Formats: sequence, C-alpha cells, structure tokens
Amino acid sequence: MITSYKIVEHLDKKALHSYYRQMVLIRTFEERAGEQYMLGKIRGFLHLYIGEEAIAVGAMASLKPQDYVVTHYRDHGHALAKGIGAKEVMAELFGKATGTTKGMGGSMHIFDRSHNFAGGYAIVGGQLPIAVGLGLGASYRQEDRIVLCFLGDGALQEGAFHEAMNMAAIWKLPVLFLCENNLYGMGVPVSESLAKKDIYKLADAYDMPSLQVDGMDVLAMREVTQEVADRIRSGNGPYFIEAKTYRFRGHSMADPSVYRTKVEEERWHMKDPIAAYKEWLLEHHFAMEAELAAMDLSVEKEMEEAVKFAEESPNPTASALYENVYAK
Amino acid sequence: MPVITYREAVARALREGLTEDAGMFIMGEDVGAYGGAYAVTRGMLKEFGPRRIVDAPLSEAAIVGACTGAAMGGLHPVAEIMTINFTLVAMDQIVNHAAKIRYMSGGQYHAPLILRTVTGGGAQLASTHSQSFEHWFASVPGLKVVTPATPYDALGLFRAVREEEDPVLFIEHILLYSARGEVPDERYTVPIGKADVKRKGDDITIVAYSRMTPVALAAAQALEAEDIDCEVIDLRSLRPWDKETVLESVKRTGLGLVVEETWRTGGFGAEVASTIQEEAFDYLDGPVGRVAGEEVPMPYNRALEQAAIPSPEKVAAGVRKALNR
Repeated sequence: MITSYKIVEHLDKKALHSYYRQMVLIRTFEERAGEQYMLGKIRGFLHLYIGEEAIAVGAMASLKPQDYVVTHYRDHGHALAKGIGAKEVMAELFGKATGTTKGMGGSMHIFDRSHNFAGGYAIVGGQLPIAVGLGLGASYRQEDRIVLCFLGDGALQEGAFHEAMNMAAIWKLPVLFLCENNLYGMGVPVSESLAKKDIYKLADAYDMPSLQVDGMDVLAMREVTQEVADRIRSGNGPYFIEAKTYRFRGHSMADPSVYRTKVEEERWHMKDPIAAYKEWLLEHHFAMEAELAAMDLSVEKEMEEAVKFAEESPNPTASALYENVYAK
Repeated sequence: MPVITYREAVARALREGLTEDAGMFIMGEDVGAYGGAYAVTRGMLKEFGPRRIVDAPLSEAAIVGACTGAAMGGLHPVAEIMTINFTLVAMDQIVNHAAKIRYMSGGQYHAPLILRTVTGGGAQLASTHSQSFEHWFASVPGLKVVTPATPYDALGLFRAVREEEDPVLFIEHILLYSARGEVPDERYTVPIGKADVKRKGDDITIVAYSRMTPVALAAAQALEAEDIDCEVIDLRSLRPWDKETVLESVKRTGLGLVVEETWRTGGFGAEVASTIQEEAFDYLDGPVGRVAGEEVPMPYNRALEQAAIPSPEKVAAGVRKALNR
C-alpha cells in the first residue's frame, strides 16, 4: 500500500491549504446535512462521507475541469470536491428548485453539467458502464478528457463491474476506476463478501494496472492519482486504484452500526484524515494554527449560508413533475 | 416503386445514419466481422471501419451503459442487443439509467441512444429465445418504443428515431427480416407515435403491431370470404402510442380486437383494450376482444410452438366471436 509521498515542488502552500479547507468543508457539510436530516428537513436516504474526505479531495486535485466525474450514491463529498457549490448541493438535499437537479434527484443523484459532474448513481455498480461510455465518447472524439469513476467495495461484487472493467481494458479507454474500500457493504464486511483479499489485484484479471493507497492520506491520494491521471491522459488506457478508508458514520442515517466493534472504530478514528493532515501541516510549517482556524471559521460561515439558502429556496413548482421526462 | 426486404430497409436506415451523422456508431455483439446475428450489419465494418462498427464483448449491460455514457457525452450510439431476451441482463442500464438520465439530472444530461433489438418467436428457438418484451419497455416513462412491421415503416421510423433526443428502443421482429415491401427512393419519414391503418374496413377494428400486423392482415383477407370487413391498425409505436387513430376507428366500427404475440397477462393489448373501454365505451357494440400468445414458456417443437403463437386462424376466430358469428 502506498502510504508515503514525496513533497513535490508543485504542491505550493496555497494548494496545501486548499486541500485542508476542502476536507473541512466536506466534513462540515456532512455534519450539517446529518443535523438537518434529524430535523426532518432532509428525507430519503442520506449517506455521509465523513472519514473518507481525503479520497475525494486528493483525487479531484489531479483532474482538469473538462474531466468527467461519475460516482455512486455517497456523492456529496465528490460533488463539493469537484467545485460544485455547497449551497446547491444542500438545496438538492432539501429537494428545492435551486438544487443541483432542481430537487429531482436528491442526495444520491447529484449532477452538474457545468462541472462535468455526470452523476451520482444509486444502483450499485450501475455507474461503471456509463463511465466507460463517457470515456469511449472522449476517445472517439479525441478529446483531452479522462473519466474519474468512483465505486465502493460493494460494486466489486456486481456483474457490471466485470463488464465495465473488461470493456475499458480491451478498448484502452481513459477511465480511472477509484474504489473507495471502506471495508463494509452496508453491514457485511468485504472479507465475507468478496473472494479476493487484496481488492486492487482484481484488476490483474483484465491486465489493467492497479495499486493500493492509503485513502486516509490526502497527499498520498493527490500524488498517486496525479501520476495515474497523467498516465491515462497520455493514452495508456484505464487504471484501477483501491483507496483504503473507513466511514466514520453508518451506511446511511438509518444505520445504527451494530456490526462494527468500538475497538475497530476507535482505531480508524486515530487515522482521521483531517486531524492527521492538520498535524502534518503544522509540523512541517506549511500552516499556522491561526490560518487553519480561520479556514475552519470560513467553512462554518459558508455552511450556515448553505443551510439558510436551502431552507429559504422555493420548492419546485407542481408543473416540474412533468418536465424533463422527454425532450419533447 | 422498388421492393426491398425488411432486413435491407433496416440496413439502409443504418447506412444512412452512419453516412449523415459523424457521431453515430453501432455497438453490439458480432455486428462487425460476422455481420450481425441477423445479417443486418453485413459489410458495414468494411465500409465504415472499426471505430463506427464496434464488436463488443458479450456484455449486454456494458453495451447499453457504454452507449448511454457516450450519448450523454454528445455521441449518437446505436446499441444492438442480439435479441430482446438478452435485454433482460441489461435491464438495469435501460430502465434505471438510460430512461432516468434526463429527469434525474434535472434536464442537464440526456441520452439519445438507439437500442436495436429483435423480438418474437416462431423460429424454434425455445423458451429463452422466443419472447416478446416490448410492452415492458413501453411502460417506462423516459423510454420510447417503436415496432415496425414493414420495410417502409422500418426505414421511415428509423429516420424519425434519429431525430430523437431520448433513448428509443427500435424493435425488429425475427420473422420479418425477409418480408418484402415497397420503399420509395425519395426521402420520407414515419413519425413516432403515429399508427397506420393498414387496411380499411367497417365491421371491426383489429389493433396489432410488429409481426401480428401481417397475421391480422391475413385473417382480414380470409374473412372477406365470410363477408366480414376488418379494419387493421398497425400501432407502429408503443410509447407513445396513437390512441386517437384507434379510438376514431373503433367509434366507427363499434367493435375492437387487440392482437399481440406476447402473453395475455399484462400485455400491451390490455392497455389498448382498457383505453378503448374507458374512452369509447358508448360506441361499443360488444366487449373488446383479445388474441394473445398462450401463457406458456415457448416450446421447441414446431407444432407446439405454432400452437402458442397467434395465427390468422386464431385472429379470425377472435373476430367471429366479437361479431357473434
């Protein structure tokens, strides 16, 4: 597993600070979303990304604006890391007309075409063939564009995973499959539901290169995905990354998390990606306490505004029910 | 007017699309070197090259999903699923994804893919290769479904389908590929959602689609000898479907009979019959009749298979029953 990183020169202070702020932004967003769910303002399923922030932030830092992101239902963190406004994402969770899909998709289906965020998909594994198709389109038109496709460890158990991996590999499509292995598919440990012990080695079946990285380390994520994305961009075909991580909350807000032990949870909390990164920044003098505190404060403010915006936004009109079923 | 086969009509439609639309490509199992399981794409690999005629792995879900993704990215893919029976393993991609993209994304993305596939029985392929599921897809908002029965309609409908900005299932029939019909050289299109009165008549309205259209026409022809004058309507599209033409006809004839190849339970004929009874009840001289496939998995044996599929004789019997004759 790749756990360490070289401090490369292009990682300037500004970028390093932005990773911190983005991770705090995602965490705070999810905490606020959880609160609003408890207040009944957000309904349906709500899957929080708390604990996994380093993956979205580190991976997204290696993308160009024209690159597509396709993901699963635990998608708020990915949307925010791709640069979609917290206001719009929160408004979507509230089902409001100002949300990313005008209240039609909700938490599990964030889309934003202006950011080439081609969707959160809530059928496990369903997004993989679509990511392959977006890659095929980019390749067909010879565009400088790659697809970052997030998947959970549960998706590895679906047939669509095999079909998509095989297709991407035989046609050498520009797709980066990024598996967020948080060790559980809902309540069942991956070790009990997947025959392969080291997930990243599944890619060997398709002669697709792969690696395993510490998903709790934003800089390792940043460095690894940058190298891989560059490689894909140069026409070398798809790549598979397994990022080991842990969700600090349940599968969804409806999950009491009875299937994990306190000991295991505490062990992973020790690796909290934000706390660890903060410590690293301070230790290496890339930031001062006051700078980080100021960022924390600005995120708090941004979130307050996001919740207020969502709260005050209008619901979709009744006629929206019939819009966008077809073009005409 | 030149006479061509249904197969030739579909091939001509595809060639036209590939020639006129640089974003169009065909992806499917054995569409390339092999020339398509039903020989529709024969020669196209040579003409258009492997970028446009894409032999896919045996991965129906990935074929539909990849075509959906490519369509979201601005291309115009034609996915060929060898038979409608195999769409079942791609159902998630068709129903949960392609059909939902426009709505679920609030109109930001859409997926104008054309899914060509082959429905129907009668070729002694037994129960897993002889089914008709077009009515399932026709129940899904976000999809459109067309089922041409003649070479003319196949070419004309495909041209209309190419103008669509949403996923369309273009469903051919296994026994119609060699059917011949007049197709003009001049450009025409057949609009989606518009039925065609294939035969004028005054005594009863027979509503059919796909291969049940020629079956209904054969029955109508035979019934002439009994002095029964049938009107035969070919729906051509199942979603959207042309209620107006059907209702107008039934209001005139006073009787309706729906004919379909699939199982009776939950078939598209139920939708048509129910609509007639809801919207033209006062014009009816009797209940709307139904002729459908037998409620059994399709057997291999030729005689048993024929007994399971609606025939001109069964349709004629349905007409007589409706007319109390």
